[in-house]
Amino acid sequence: MLRRLLRQVTGLAATLFAASFVIFAAVYAAPGDPAAFLAGGRDKLTPEKLAAVREQYHLDEPLVVQYGRWLWDCLHGDLGRSFKYTDQVADLLLSRLPTTLGLVAYATVLFVVLGVGAGILAAVRGGWADRTVVGVTTLAASVPHFVAAIGLVSLFGVRLGWFPVTGDGNGFGGTVHHLTLPALSMALGALAVISRVTRQSMLDAAAADHVETARASGVPEREVIRRHVLRNALGPIVTMCGLVTAGMLAGTVVVETAFGLSGIGSLLVNAINTHDFPVAQAVLLLMVAGYIVVTNLVDVVHPLLDPRVRAVRSAA
Amino acid sequence: MTETIGTTASPAGGYTERPLLEIDGLTLEVPGAARPLLADVTLSVGPGEVVGLVGESGSGKSTTAKAALGLLPDEARATGSVRVDGTEVLELRGEELRHHRARTVAMIHQDPRAALNPVRRVGDFLTERLALAGLTDRGAARERAVELLAAVGLSAPERRVRQRPHELSGGMLQRVVIAGALALDPRLLLADEATSALDVTTQAEILDLLRRLRAEGDTGLLFITHDLHLAAAYCDRVLVMYAGRIVEHRSAERLFADPRHPYTRGLLECSPSLEGTSAGIRPIPGRPPSLADALRGCPFAPRCAAAEPACEEWTPRPVPLEAEPGAQASCRRLPEARTTETGLREGGTVKTRIPEDGLAEARLLESGATESVPPRRSHR
Repeated sequence: MLRRLLRQVTGLAATLFAASFVIFAAVYAAPGDPAAFLAGGRDKLTPEKLAAVREQYHLDEPLVVQYGRWLWDCLHGDLGRSFKYTDQVADLLLSRLPTTLGLVAYATVLFVVLGVGAGILAAVRGGWADRTVVGVTTLAASVPHFVAAIGLVSLFGVRLGWFPVTGDGNGFGGTVHHLTLPALSMALGALAVISRVTRQSMLDAAAADHVETARASGVPEREVIRRHVLRNALGPIVTMCGLVTAGMLAGTVVVETAFGLSGIGSLLVNAINTHDFPVAQAVLLLMVAGYIVVTNLVDVVHPLLDPRVRAVRSAA
Repeated sequence: MTETIGTTASPAGGYTERPLLEIDGLTLEVPGAARPLLADVTLSVGPGEVVGLVGESGSGKSTTAKAALGLLPDEARATGSVRVDGTEVLELRGEELRHHRARTVAMIHQDPRAALNPVRRVGDFLTERLALAGLTDRGAARERAVELLAAVGLSAPERRVRQRPHELSGGMLQRVVIAGALALDPRLLLADEATSALDVTTQAEILDLLRRLRAEGDTGLLFITHDLHLAAAYCDRVLVMYAGRIVEHRSAERLFADPRHPYTRGLLECSPSLEGTSAGIRPIPGRPPSLADALRGCPFAPRCAAAEPACEEWTPRPVPLEAEPGAQASCRRLPEARTTETGLREGGTVKTRIPEDGLAEARLLESGATESVPPRRSHR
């Protein structure tokens, strides 16, 4: 168990290391010269001033050296300073992070409850319930986030006035109230895949002999579904939910912009537009780290759901 | 075993008690199949009796057993009756059916590894059954589960309840499944190829266990197997199934000594015996009919070495055997069949030799003279 965990952590570190280089290189290769922005616009630009700025921000050094310097600082908890706000990047991130995490957590709760629920309904009831679930969730998935967002805003925000249209809200209740529409518009797209994975996984699990054995020995249908079908179907469901949540961590940009939320996503968009290298790099690194951590968590949880996996792995 | 024959259990004797399982004329039809899944299946199992049900795969053995649980294939239309302990199972619905499955009958499946949920603990399997009887207290249920495992001879039962199926061997798992089947003291046990997947020594242990449990609880046991030798050695009475029909119903020892249906003879000749050489093994030619094959006349006729053209027209029906009251076989060529069905036979044209030859000839004459037929299913 401990060795497996160690292996997992080593793998996680290696992935993060590779991802950090790709991110750094990508931002470095992006068009536009940050030095021009830092010097204060093209009109006041002189070659001497540009050179001075480049030297101050170490922009004149080769890529690998810059990367090494950045990585070294990151490992010491220093993500650098924003070119634009001159604040510590870490402070910027910390102030924006709760909104995004709250949004993703809320959306996750929504799509897990609704998606898994709809999948169970489709698998257990079959017939028209099945067709309705597949039809409705497919429709929901085929609508892009921002269109769903606009639709929800116009219906629940403007017409019915149930939910606020912009802002983060204060306190727990206020936050939940404000985040409902954005979370819902994010969750809608995930419903189709989650409900369908749940449905298929349940149907596969229901075909197992022990399910009929349980039924043949008079175990009530509710118990059969809960303890024999759903319980055995959990593996793929949890994996899929984890992947979708991980993807959402990096996918809040559109929804945050549509609902005027100041989270990580909108921070990233601004940073890219203003060539704010340190911020863009830090946000991307954070998103990648979030993705990797969530998928690894799923890997850790999986053997707990299916003891056979544990047996195979420890034998290997 | 011989001593039980002729008392409560043999076709020769009459029951003093009502049978636990009475299947009467059960016919199961599924849409899209050319022939019925089960055709006119009639059998009974008395208290403390072991009844064997033998046949190739697809002959309807398991379907018959599942009917006792009220577990019919989807869309199947059933006629006839299935009574367990006097209750008509085919009419049970919902909660009553569930109660019937939980308390009266228990089935032991062929593959114990498939019968247990792989992600749950062995103890959960047993406590789930116990909860059906209202034993929901966790501690008490766990204790009872350990007792049950000890009763079926599993070593270290306290440890086993915490283990998962993949940590146990096939033989151990079959004991777990049997413990689960016995958890609620069922009146009737259905063992569906319960020992076929096990190696010989384990098989012997499980068979011994089943016999002991049956003797203790006066439980009826329907023992399904494809192994005719095993059935003949283990059961009181044996029914042979072919293509959804009972083709022969005999006391075990008589079946083995003197099979009357050509299919039963074929089955016995299929398996090697101690005295026989390899030349003695004769597989039955052809294959068993599938559900897509429409059968007119005797279903075994296409594979039967002794078949006559008339066999393909003869509607199978159980023919009572004279030497053994209550026993039956469904073959047109039995001498007993001729006596009761003279209209269908052109007398004297039969040229093929009847295996028991002279004796049969004599019987034919004798029975032709008396015309008195022993009542069908006299044991019921």
